[in-house]
Amino acid sequence: MIEPTLSHYLLVSGALFSIGLLGVIVRRNLLIIYMSLELMLNSANVALVAMSRFNGNLDGQVMVFFIITVAAAEVAVGLALIVALYRKRQTTEVEDLASMKL
Amino acid sequence: METILFNLFAALAVLSALLVVVNPLSRNPVTSAMFLVTTMISISGLFVLLNAYFLAAVQILVYAGAVMVLFLFVIMLLDVEETARRKLRVVSLTMGLLSVAALFGVYKSSLETTYEKDLGSFEIDGFRSEHFESVSSIGEKESFVTVGSTQALGQELFSSVNGFILPFEIVSILLLVAMIGVILLSKKELK
Repeated sequence: MIEPTLSHYLLVSGALFSIGLLGVIVRRNLLIIYMSLELMLNSANVALVAMSRFNGNLDGQVMVFFIITVAAAEVAVGLALIVALYRKRQTTEVEDLASMKL
Repeated sequence: METILFNLFAALAVLSALLVVVNPLSRNPVTSAMFLVTTMISISGLFVLLNAYFLAAVQILVYAGAVMVLFLFVIMLLDVEETARRKLRVVSLTMGLLSVAALFGVYKSSLETTYEKDLGSFEIDGFRSEHFESVSSIGEKESFVTVGSTQALGQELFSSVNGFILPFEIVSILLLVAMIGVILLSKKELK
């Protein structure tokens, strides 16, 4: 069996990113769209860590560290927005949220 | 051994990611959240295989722990009843699948042309091979083993010469701002 190389890790990362993008395009539940966004962020993390490992440079891992922090803040704010929106509209389906007026 | 583990974690990550997005059995957001936890844990397994031990631990703590608990909490709070299955619009589904498959195809083919000799031999242009050789001259094995240990990461992060102290502090302010924003957003009366 061959050892996993950088291209293998990048392939996994690309597959995860594509699946996340598919979720954002196809699904219509706000919460699931948000989970797909998280998936895309994580696939970028995998690519960065793989690059850092195979180039012997730690900067990629530092960047992932910051991405995880920012993603946590983003999740908190986004979910608060979803809750506020649900209070007004009683729905999380994007089709029912077509008008910008509250 | 590494190959087996890589295959296991990669397959698990991709499979459960698929189940997050297109689960044929359930449309319930809770199911998706649970499969997302599986994905996060397999990704942290991949991090361990890449010697990024600290990030693997953080991945489990922050994502599988904090973020997913937040997700589940909101799902329960909203109490979204299982809506009658809306008919999937065939057009949007096929167009989404097609465009994403095309994107993945472009990505894969570009990967294949870039890493034709399947990595290791990084000698595509002068700069890269030079960089790679300077790394390997230190001793491939040793540098790869130490890369990613918590100590090395901390030294990189906080080194006074070219560290990341200022970004680190800015991120802490960002977290504070996010916290205040969340409290403001979730007040009873949104003005």
